[in-house]
Amino acid sequence: MTALEFTLVVWALSALAGFLGALTGLGGGVVVVPALTLALGVDMKYAIGASLVSVIATSSGAAAAYVREGFSNIRIGMFLEIATTVGAIAGAFLAGRVSTHALAIVFGLVLLQAAYLSFKGIPEDAERVESDALATRLRLGGAYPVAGSLQKYGVRHVPGGFAMMFGAGALSGLLGIGSGAVKVIAMDRIMRIPFKVSTTTSNFMIGVTAAASAGLYLKHGYINSSVAMPVMLGVLTGALLGAKLLVHMRVKTLRRVFGAVILALAIEMIVNGITGKV
Amino acid sequence: MNDHRLEIIIGQLLRAGVLLAAATVLAGGVLYLAGHHADRTNYHTFAVGQSGAHTISGIVKTAARGDSAAIMQVGLLLLILTPVARVMVAVVGFLLERDRLYAVVSLIVLLILAFSLLHAT
Repeated sequence: MTALEFTLVVWALSALAGFLGALTGLGGGVVVVPALTLALGVDMKYAIGASLVSVIATSSGAAAAYVREGFSNIRIGMFLEIATTVGAIAGAFLAGRVSTHALAIVFGLVLLQAAYLSFKGIPEDAERVESDALATRLRLGGAYPVAGSLQKYGVRHVPGGFAMMFGAGALSGLLGIGSGAVKVIAMDRIMRIPFKVSTTTSNFMIGVTAAASAGLYLKHGYINSSVAMPVMLGVLTGALLGAKLLVHMRVKTLRRVFGAVILALAIEMIVNGITGKV
Repeated sequence: MNDHRLEIIIGQLLRAGVLLAAATVLAGGVLYLAGHHADRTNYHTFAVGQSGAHTISGIVKTAARGDSAAIMQVGLLLLILTPVARVMVAVVGFLLERDRLYAVVSLIVLLILAFSLLHAT
């Protein structure tokens, strides 16, 4: 393949990944890495390096739109970023030490979980709770708009959420993905933060988390500019387009289709990892 | 200064950072394709050193000579530094809010990021 062909094909694949990632809320990285490694035979280390920078681009590019709605909670985000950034450094350190086959298998398992989430759909919001002692001392609680008025919410189980966030950061650093799904589980399921607040705050955190592993990625040479260039530009274009269309589309069917695609990618990734093809 | 205002400022900063980074990467990409469009590519096997300079000072020096790969790398660096700038603004914002606890929390995150990025130079 010539450089021009490679650039155009990767750009188009990445735009599609970013578009679907934005529509389904699963992010682009989770599709870009298997697309590059399985369809184009790109070494996984270049793929995760390129994915990591695209993750920073989409997270940061979307932030302006999210904050205007008033859902994200900057204190929760900043506090939990202590855990995700330390986790991200640990993950990036590990990525340099495990084999590509092992990376492919772990990636496949993360895809399986993403497929499960897209079939399951968006969970119903649990009842709001009062903040516990630690969350009160950290002033993590807030208010978010519900049907035109502000509703208060509390936060609980800070240590559990913090530990889960370390795991989310480690996965992000290991695989070059945003791991937004794990961040949302930590906030929504463990800390009892409203779903909408969890997803928008998670988006805010993804860029900072990814920036923490970027230093090690650069040092290891994972960020190859001629691979990362079309990936970053493609994912960003797709994600911005997806975010614009989000309001007009029926997302439920799309999530199912996307879930099926991810399931197939997961199986292929795991099989290729075991047989040593990736 | 309140939390929501701080978030809006940060949101706009992030968008500006991404646009600047994307424009730089695009410029480097156009330059790269103009010179190398017919080159054979091979990214099948990972090779250390194939990704060009990987220290921040090395990237900036090579880009100054008009090297297309290094210009793309400068764009990618700008992108990586965008969230770092966001945390810096948060430190200042929380200080203006006289919120010592969260100024310290943001400072810890900033130090972790600085540790990681300085590792690469």
